[in-house]
Amino acid sequence: MTQLVTDIICPFCGTLCDDIEVEVSDDGKKIIKVTNACAIGAEKFLHAQSPDRIVRPRMKQEDGSWKEVTYDEAAKYTAKILCDAKKPLMYGWSSTSCEAQATGHMIAELVGGVVDNTATVCHGPSLIAVHDVGIPSCTLGEVKNRADRVIFWGCNPAHAHPRHMSRYSIFSRGYFTTKGSKSRKIIVVDPRPTDTASVADYHIQIQQGRDYELIDALRVALQEGPLPETVAGVPKEKIYDIARLLKSGRFVTIFFGMGVTHSLGKNHNIDIAIALTSDLNKYTKAAIIPMRGHYNVTGSGQVLGWQFGFPFCVDLSRGFARYNPGESSANDLLMRGEVDANFVIGSDPGSHFPFKSVKVINELPSVCIDPHMTPTVAVSKCHVPVALVGIEVGGSCYRMDNVPIESRKVVDPPAGMLTDGEFLELVLTEVQRIKGVAA
Amino acid sequence: MTKITVNLITGRTIQQGVSMEAGKEKEDYMKSCGIIELDAVDIAKLGIWKNSNVRVTSDFGSVVVKAIEATQGPHPGLAWIPMGPWANMVIDTNTYSTGMPTFKGTPVTVEPAEKEIVLSSIDLVLNACKE
Ligand code: SF4
Repeated sequence: MTQLVTDIICPFCGTLCDDIEVEVSDDGKKIIKVTNACAIGAEKFLHAQSPDRIVRPRMKQEDGSWKEVTYDEAAKYTAKILCDAKKPLMYGWSSTSCEAQATGHMIAELVGGVVDNTATVCHGPSLIAVHDVGIPSCTLGEVKNRADRVIFWGCNPAHAHPRHMSRYSIFSRGYFTTKGSKSRKIIVVDPRPTDTASVADYHIQIQQGRDYELIDALRVALQEGPLPETVAGVPKEKIYDIARLLKSGRFVTIFFGMGVTHSLGKNHNIDIAIALTSDLNKYTKAAIIPMRGHYNVTGSGQVLGWQFGFPFCVDLSRGFARYNPGESSANDLLMRGEVDANFVIGSDPGSHFPFKSVKVINELPSVCIDPHMTPTVAVSKCHVPVALVGIEVGGSCYRMDNVPIESRKVVDPPAGMLTDGEFLELVLTEVQRIKGVAA
Repeated sequence: MTKITVNLITGRTIQQGVSMEAGKEKEDYMKSCGIIELDAVDIAKLGIWKNSNVRVTSDFGSVVVKAIEATQGPHPGLAWIPMGPWANMVIDTNTYSTGMPTFKGTPVTVEPAEKEIVLSSIDLVLNACKE
């Protein structure tokens, strides 16, 4: 007899779907089927069961081959490289629980590390913009129930957050949006006619990198001010039409993604998108939400925020928290050669950082805590596989709209495998011993 | 040999997400992310067959990927490599004091490279580290 575990949280993207159902074997050890999740979410659960999964820590040898070690040995190595370093980089944190993050930050404080999370290659500029100008926002529940004008700016949820549209933003039926997609007007701004654009009412094919100009033009158009014939490749009539459409709505929500944060202008593109949202509040109700990527990148920002006052790139090397994106951020530190040890958890900079940074990691004393084989593991000296949060151990996570959700354990991890939290506790104890501080 | 210059952007695709979760060391990940999506017009300008290998070069690096026709087009002049180590060989590394490299909007040249191979994610990164 199999058992059905319901109301599972999907630990892949910031949508944090909370209605996943997983069929597990009688003994609670094997996942048989995953329902309700999108293709990416389902694959995440199924890969946990992969027969070639690495289940023990290992150290890289001189010749590039791997040698199995115990968790204790791996913890000792990790503690040593962190304590020996003047300025270790402790990067990642977005695919683990808030509890594990908090333990990791205690280590960072003791060793004087720099803690940065994946926002640094994702929504870092959005966080800078929020510091500059604040943010009028709301929860995804409000979007579902109220939003009748939805803009996707530089994001493609059909590919990156596949169930976002059906659960919250386009097709879902809410209290005031009883006709689902027919209750809403959907606008997609993207230089490509994306799969999200194909289900929208309007696609604005903006010239790449011209977001600031177009948002500025929309602010002018809200007031029926003068515009040139085209802005960012978009005819002025279309801009006026969109402005009127937004003003006529009862509840506007702007979702924005990497198209805005990765393009030149960066945080300034978001400053002005937030200003547009504020302007819209003169006519109707409007909110803006970043489409966060990893399932708990928002949580990492939250925990860093409570503990040190800043949401990413927190430099603790001087014994107090400093925050200066561009200086204390992971890629700048790596590319300028300013860190002397590298610690990675819950992310894969080997795949997602510019290669110039990856090459530096390859030369440093380094550890990578990751359930799977990745390019980061390939360039690290020590690999510590761990149980998967949200599948093999529970823990708190924050959805993209800053709503905390408790993830659940579905199956047991492979025998003898530690969780992130347990491994970090081992490292913390060892660091305390080296530094001579009481536990 | 023909060479074209296009504007490169990177980002997620559903195949990128699924194959990454199935294992970044596996062939599927390379097939999903070791590609460049070019507009039909740009493929014609380049004078290559679809699904043949090309070399993509920017001021920041160079990489061999397979050229396929854009799945979400048309967008002449714009090229797309899904986020991953292949894209990260060529993207603009400047963060302009924000911490964020410029993953979108890198001018690149694309030229035929039929005799060269697309490397797996692990080989790509390890080989480049040796250079
Ligand atoms: S949309 Fe995101 S959270 Fe929901 S099932 Fe897919 S990957 Fe998981």
